[in-house]
Amino acid sequence: MKPEEQSAGVIEEEETAEAPEAEREVREGDLPEDEERRLLDKTWGDKPGFRGWLASTNHKSIGKRFIITAFIFFLLGGILAVLMRIQLARPENTFLGPDLYNQIFTMHGTTMMFLFAVPVMEAFAIYLVPLMVGTRNIAFPRMVAFSYWIYLAGGVMLFVFFILNTGPDVGWFNYVPLSGPEFSPGKRINVWTQLVNFTEVSALGVAVAIITTIFKQRAPGLSLHRLPVFVWAMLVMSFMVVFAMPAVTMSSVLLTLDRLVGTHFFNPAEGGDPLLWQHLFWFFGHPEVYIILIPALGYIASIIQTFSRRKVFGYTALVLSMLSIGFISFGLWVHHMFTTGLPQLGSSFFSAASMMIAIPSGTQIFCWIATLWSGRPLFRSPLLFAIGFFFTFIMGGLSGVMVASASADLQLHDTFFVVAHFHYVLIGGAVFPLFAAFHYWFPKFTGRMLNEGLGKLTFWLMFTGFNLTFFPMHQLGLEGMPRRVYTYLPEMGWGNLNLLATTGGVVLTLGVLTFIVNALSSRRRGARAGDNPWGADTLDWGTTSPPPSYNFLRLPVVQGREALWARTEDAPFVEGLRSDCREVLITKTLDAEPDNKMVLPSPSLWPLVMALAVTATLIGVIFTPWALPAGMIPAAIALIGWGWPKRRDERCERKRVEEMSSEERRKEAARAQ
Amino acid sequence: MRAVGSKLRKRGWWQPALTFSFFILELAFLSGCRGAQSALDPAGPQAARIGRLWWLMFYVCSAVFLAVSIALLIAIFRERKGREKKKGDEPDTSPEPKRERLMTRIVAGAVGLTVVILFVFLITDFFTGRALYSHADPQALTIKITGQQWWWDVEYETEPASSIVHTANEIHIPTGQLVKFRLTSTDVIHSFWVPNLNGKKDLIPGHEITLTFQADRAGEYRGQCAEFCGYQHAHMAFTVVAEAPEKFYEWMNRQRAPSVEPTNDAERRGQQVFLSSPCIMCHSIRGTIAGGRIAPDLTHLASRKSIAAGTLPNTRGHLAGWITNSQEIKPGNHMPPVPLGPEDLQALLAYLESLK
Repeated sequence: MKPEEQSAGVIEEEETAEAPEAEREVREGDLPEDEERRLLDKTWGDKPGFRGWLASTNHKSIGKRFIITAFIFFLLGGILAVLMRIQLARPENTFLGPDLYNQIFTMHGTTMMFLFAVPVMEAFAIYLVPLMVGTRNIAFPRMVAFSYWIYLAGGVMLFVFFILNTGPDVGWFNYVPLSGPEFSPGKRINVWTQLVNFTEVSALGVAVAIITTIFKQRAPGLSLHRLPVFVWAMLVMSFMVVFAMPAVTMSSVLLTLDRLVGTHFFNPAEGGDPLLWQHLFWFFGHPEVYIILIPALGYIASIIQTFSRRKVFGYTALVLSMLSIGFISFGLWVHHMFTTGLPQLGSSFFSAASMMIAIPSGTQIFCWIATLWSGRPLFRSPLLFAIGFFFTFIMGGLSGVMVASASADLQLHDTFFVVAHFHYVLIGGAVFPLFAAFHYWFPKFTGRMLNEGLGKLTFWLMFTGFNLTFFPMHQLGLEGMPRRVYTYLPEMGWGNLNLLATTGGVVLTLGVLTFIVNALSSRRRGARAGDNPWGADTLDWGTTSPPPSYNFLRLPVVQGREALWARTEDAPFVEGLRSDCREVLITKTLDAEPDNKMVLPSPSLWPLVMALAVTATLIGVIFTPWALPAGMIPAAIALIGWGWPKRRDERCERKRVEEMSSEERRKEAARAQ
Repeated sequence: MRAVGSKLRKRGWWQPALTFSFFILELAFLSGCRGAQSALDPAGPQAARIGRLWWLMFYVCSAVFLAVSIALLIAIFRERKGREKKKGDEPDTSPEPKRERLMTRIVAGAVGLTVVILFVFLITDFFTGRALYSHADPQALTIKITGQQWWWDVEYETEPASSIVHTANEIHIPTGQLVKFRLTSTDVIHSFWVPNLNGKKDLIPGHEITLTFQADRAGEYRGQCAEFCGYQHAHMAFTVVAEAPEKFYEWMNRQRAPSVEPTNDAERRGQQVFLSSPCIMCHSIRGTIAGGRIAPDLTHLASRKSIAAGTLPNTRGHLAGWITNSQEIKPGNHMPPVPLGPEDLQALLAYLESLK
C-alpha cells in the first residue's frame, strides 16, 4: 500500500466523526499556516517561566539539558584526568597522595562511564530519534523528564560527596573484597553503589522510551527496512541497556546488603565469593562499552552518508553488524577475568567470542570506506572527526584483538597497555564520533553554524593530543607499568613516556577548550544554518533549525530509505491529528502502517517531585537501610500525583476514543456491506 | 552548498602525508623494550611463548592497520573530476550497480580475510595457552605466595614441613627448572606478575590459583602487583632472583636456619628492643619468641635486597626511616610508627642488620 493511502486511512474517518463538542475541533490543515503554528506551539510548547522550564516534557528541552549536563560531567571527568596526568608526569611525584589519587581515578572512571558516556548517547537519542522517526514527542515524556532529574541528582550527589572527601576510591569496577565492609569501612563505597542505582534507573527509563518511540511512533512509510542506521543504532543500544543494566543494579544491591545489612554474598569466609561480583559486574560492564560504541557508529553512519554525498554502502550489512555486536557483546565478559585462574577451555571460548566481535566491527569499517570511496567526500569538520574516529578506532580494535587473546592478555591485563587500548576504543570510538555529532547537529540544535576553522583546529588539537597521550601508554604497559598506581619508582624508566603522555594531555585539553569557545561564540554569532545546511537525508533536517516545539508542521510520510533525498515535490503528509491536543500517530511495528492515535501527557512537575523523593531515598540508603521503606511514602505520593489525570488530557483522550470507535463502527459497516 | 563543497575539496598534498607519517612514527615507538620488568624481554620459555604470540599479532595487526589506513586515505583523497563536475553536490541515491557489486565483493573479501586472520590468532593463542597451562611435574619446587596489603608472603613448600622456608617480597628460584606457584590471598585481590617470566595470575581470597614458570637466564626480575588493592597498590613489588641451582640450594639452606644469635652488646640490646616493642605483634624472627604472622618474616631480613615490598633498597638509613615512620614512605600501610629513642633505634638497626 502506498504511504498516501495509508495516511488517508486515518484521516478520512475523522471527517465523519460525530457531533463535535463545544470546543472547536482543530486539525492539521484546517487553519492558515501561521495560526496553526501558533496553536501547535501552544499545545506542545513548554509553559513560560521557570516553572514551565521545570515541568517540561518536550524531548528537545530534555535532550538539550541532558547533553549539556553530560558535557559538564565530561569536563569534570577531564579535569580529574588532567590531575592524574600531572601526578604521573614524574616518578615519585607528590602532587596527589594515594588517598586522593585513588578517589580521583575512581571518580574519573565512574564519571566518564556512568555520568558522561551512556547519558550523552541517550541524550542524543532523546533529541534526535523523535525527529528522525517523524513524530511530535518521545514516548513516555514524563518518564524521560524523571530520568533526567534523577541522573542530575545522582551526578551532583557523587561530586558533593567527593568534595566532602567521601568520594569512592576503589575503582569504577569496585571489586570486592576491597569494596566490602571489612576493607572499605566508611561511606565511600555506599556513595558509589547509590550512584550506580541513580544512573541505572535513569538509563533504563530512557531506553524504554526510545524503544517505544522507535517501534510505535514512526511516520507512515518508515518501515523497519527504511529506518536510518542512526535509529537502528539507538534501538540496539536501548535494548542492550535494558538487558545489561539490571546486572549491575543487582550487584550494587547485593554489595549494599553486604555493607549495610550484614549479608555475605561476597565474603569468602562465609561461603560467599568475590568472583561473583566480577561476573555480575562485567556481564554489565562489557556490553556497557558497546552501549557507548553503537550509538557512535550511528553518528558515523549519518555523517559518512551526508558528507560522501551518496547513500551509505551496505545498509543491510551495517544494520546486521550492529545487531550482532549487540548480541555478541553479552557473551564475552569473561575476557576481563582471564587472570582469575579459569580453565583454559573456558578462556578460549571467551577469546573466540571476543575476537568474533572484530568481524561485525570490521564489516562496518569496510562498508564506510566503500561509501567514501565511491562517494564525493566533503571535508567539513564533522567528516574530519569521523575520519579521526576511523584511525583511532581501528587502532583500538586491533589492540583489542591482542587483549582478547587469553594468553597475551596474561601479560597485558591491568597494565597501561589496556589503558591505552580502551582509551583508543572509547575516545576514538565514542568521543571523536560524539564531537563529530556535536559539529554535525549543532546547527540543528541552535540554528547557527559552528565556526569551521575553529572546528578543524579542535580536531587537529584533539587528534594530536589524544595520540600523544595514549600511544606511549602501549609501550608503558609492555614495559611493566601496572594500572591504577599513584606513582612509580624513578629506576623503572617510565618517566619520559609518562611526561610525553602528560604533554599530550595538555594538547588534548586545548582541543576541548577550543570546542567550548567555538560553541559558545557560534551559539550567538554563528552564521544562520537554515533547515538543512549539510544537504542531509534524515527527517530531522526536514524541519526548521532549531525545530519548533511540535517538530513538524506537517508530519511527514516517508517515501524511501533516505527520507529527504527520496522526497518528491508532491510528497504526502499525515493529516487528522488534532492540533489542540497532544496527539501522536501510532503505527505498526514492522511496516509503520497507521494504527491508532495516542494522547501524550502534558507537562508536569510530578516527575521532578518523584525524582526528589527517589533521590532522598537513595541518599538515605547510604546511611541506613530503613530509608528504603521510609522513602516509599513520598514516592507513592509522587506517583499518585504523576498519574492523576489532567482535565485537558482527559478531554483529548475522550475525543480520541470517540473518534477511534466511530472509525471502528465505520469499518464494521464497510465490512458488513 | 555547491560552492562550499568545491572550495573545500582543495587541499594540500601535505595533509595526507602528515597524517600518514604520524602513524609510521607511532609504530616506530614500539621497538627495543628492555628492562627488569618488561614483557618484551623474556627470560624463560613461558614469557617467550607469549612474546612470540605478541609479535605475531603485532606484525599482522600493523599490516592490517597500514592496509586499512591506506585504503581509507585513498578513498578520501582520490580525485573524481569528471563525475564531480557533472553531479555537483547532489546526493547519489542510485549508485552505479556494477561498481556496487564490485565493492560488495571487495568488502566480502576483506571480511573473509578478517575471519582468516582471527582464526590464525585464535589457534596460536590456544596452543600458547596449552603450553602455559602444562602442569609442572609433581616433584617441582612449589612456592606458596600469599598476597597481603601491601606485601608478599613467600613459603617454599618443601618436605618435611619443619624445613619450610618462609620469607617475604624476595623469591629465589633455580634456573632451568619449572617452578610452581600456589597463589592465594588473605585480604583483597592482588595479582602476581613477573613480566619477564610469565603473565599474571590473581591472588583471590578463598581461591587458589596455580602459575608455573621457568627462568632460563640467571638474573633479577622485578614483579609488581597488577590488581588494584588499595592505598599502596603502587608500592607492592617483589623481586625474583633466578640463580644457578647450586647457589639456589645454598640460599635455601641459609634461609632454613633460624636467625643468628646476637654477637655483641648492640645487637643483644637491639634484640631486646625488638622483643619488648610492638614489633613482635606482627613480625616473626624464627629462633626468638617473635612469632607474628601478619607482617613479613624478618628471620633473614638482612639477606634481602629491599624493604617495604620493593620500595626502598635495604640500607641502614632506609630501615631507620621505615621503622621511625613508615607512613611517610608508604602512606596508609599497616605498620604503625614505632617511637624509639636514638640509642634503642641504633641498637635495633644493628640487630636487624645482623639477621643475614
